[in-house]
Amino acid sequence: MSEYIEHGRQGRSVGLTEKLFYTFAEPPGQLILESTARLGPITLAYEMVGEINSAGDNVILVCHALTGDSHMAGCYHHDDPRPGWWDSMIGPGKGIDTDRYCVICANILGGCMGSTGPSSINPATGKPYGLAFPVVTIGDMVKAQRALLDHLGVRSLLAVIGGSLGGMQALEWSVRYPELVRSCVALATTSHHSALAIAFNEIGRQAVMSDPNFNKGDYYSGPRPDLGLALARMIGHVTYLSDEAMRQKFGRRLQDRQDFSFNFDADFQVESYLRYQGSKFVQRFDANSYLYITKAADYYDLRQQHGHGSELEGFAGAKAKYLVVSFTSDWLYPTYQSRGLVKALKKNGLDVSFCEIEAQCGHDAFLLPNPRLSGLIGGFLARVSEEG
Amino acid sequence: MRYDLEIIAAWVKPGSRVLDLGCGSGELLDYLKKQKQVRGSGIESSEAQVAECIEKGVQVLQGDINEEIRDYPDQSFDYVILSQTLQQVYQPQELIRELLRVGKQVIVSFPNFSHWSIRLQLLVNGYAPKNRQLPYDWYDTPNIRVITLADFRHFASRFGCRIDREAAVKSPKGEEAGRMVRFLPNLRATYGIFLISRR
Repeated sequence: MSEYIEHGRQGRSVGLTEKLFYTFAEPPGQLILESTARLGPITLAYEMVGEINSAGDNVILVCHALTGDSHMAGCYHHDDPRPGWWDSMIGPGKGIDTDRYCVICANILGGCMGSTGPSSINPATGKPYGLAFPVVTIGDMVKAQRALLDHLGVRSLLAVIGGSLGGMQALEWSVRYPELVRSCVALATTSHHSALAIAFNEIGRQAVMSDPNFNKGDYYSGPRPDLGLALARMIGHVTYLSDEAMRQKFGRRLQDRQDFSFNFDADFQVESYLRYQGSKFVQRFDANSYLYITKAADYYDLRQQHGHGSELEGFAGAKAKYLVVSFTSDWLYPTYQSRGLVKALKKNGLDVSFCEIEAQCGHDAFLLPNPRLSGLIGGFLARVSEEG
Repeated sequence: MRYDLEIIAAWVKPGSRVLDLGCGSGELLDYLKKQKQVRGSGIESSEAQVAECIEKGVQVLQGDINEEIRDYPDQSFDYVILSQTLQQVYQPQELIRELLRVGKQVIVSFPNFSHWSIRLQLLVNGYAPKNRQLPYDWYDTPNIRVITLADFRHFASRFGCRIDREAAVKSPKGEEAGRMVRFLPNLRATYGIFLISRR
């Protein structure tokens, strides 16, 4: 997903929020991962806004996408220029109304924004894990989130909501813990990565790993593989946009010049933009986390994990109500994938709503302020809340 | 609410499961849910109307009714409703067969092409007729089927459907108001509503 989005006009801000931490799975009680490796202790960074009601039935878990973090809404301090990544959706009077719901978002396992990941200190060596960090899966991320919610005393979720990689987590939640999840909102996502999505992730990983500074992932005490990570980001960023979005935003316009430079400077605006996005990204993201998280996304296949290869069987144990949303210009997770999901849910007799929103901005559309999306989510949550 | 929808709503038993094909902005389903505790689903092709449905708390899928109907298990609804859409369907026979597979009963409504004003227009002017229920010209109409009340009864008996209930309705002043037609319905009704099931 792209850089943080500005405030939406609808609703108010949640105000100040803070980054909280929870540490668990202390040895010898490490978390057993899908790969059978053991990991612990594990810290999750999380954010929590709104109040849990006395019945405890108004809690929503928001799952972030590839490069997001626990900071979903509001600001950390008063002169913070950048609110959380989904500030347009979460707040009083917004699509996810914090006057009604208590909303929690945790940085994913394997991330680099406060949760345990490859840049964390390996207790066995006293140095960052690097590639000694075990490969984690979407299922492992969800298991870790479950531990956090148990710690917070949350026994039922009104909804699990996520887009893209966050949508995979939301779907996983609904089949892994069907008793806990009353509804699932899956935006611009899929139950399994296509070859196209895996291909782009692999190109990104190769860019990182071929950086001369990569040093087999052990770069924390020296120069970092910034060029490779920036390149991975540039590639990724193109897949989050669309032909039309790029044509409108950049066309063939030149950047700060009247004519071609006849060298390999950034002549075109789109080149300059991508270089900027790449250089900004490396300031906040760890290259190893990029490898681990993209791998988790590529490995994910709800059909294999829960349905012996069948999407239909994959949702056989699900109980949640579903809202599935796709966007017309999303070519990373195209509408046919959402329709496949919907078909499986429908054939299982589950309560499912589906809307394909007309949008020019590609995969990123789920993050951008969009009154239609806010309205959909708000209406859906209100229904689930009423129907109990 | 549209008068034909009011009649349909009156036919639906409380607490039943309903699928509304071409549900628009979910008016009928919303009403059935609130007034009759119905568990309803809709299918609608327009994104804007789908969004309106979800916003008001109606469960809906965006898609084509001919496609979407296929995924539902047999007899998974008490009623399947197809209101004012049959005249726009490319393969009505196939669709009605699917509706009867998915629903225990099917409610169908459509404009009556044998209304006296339509007959008269064709007889006197010789042009393809237009009226309030069928306001389009031949070249821009979505209504590709010409159906009369008599036609539908004939269809039902020929394809093994039982007509459990029917209403001939006259709505001279727009869609919100109307009344039942008992005398010469095929000539005087502007549209018909049928409740059918498999024989």
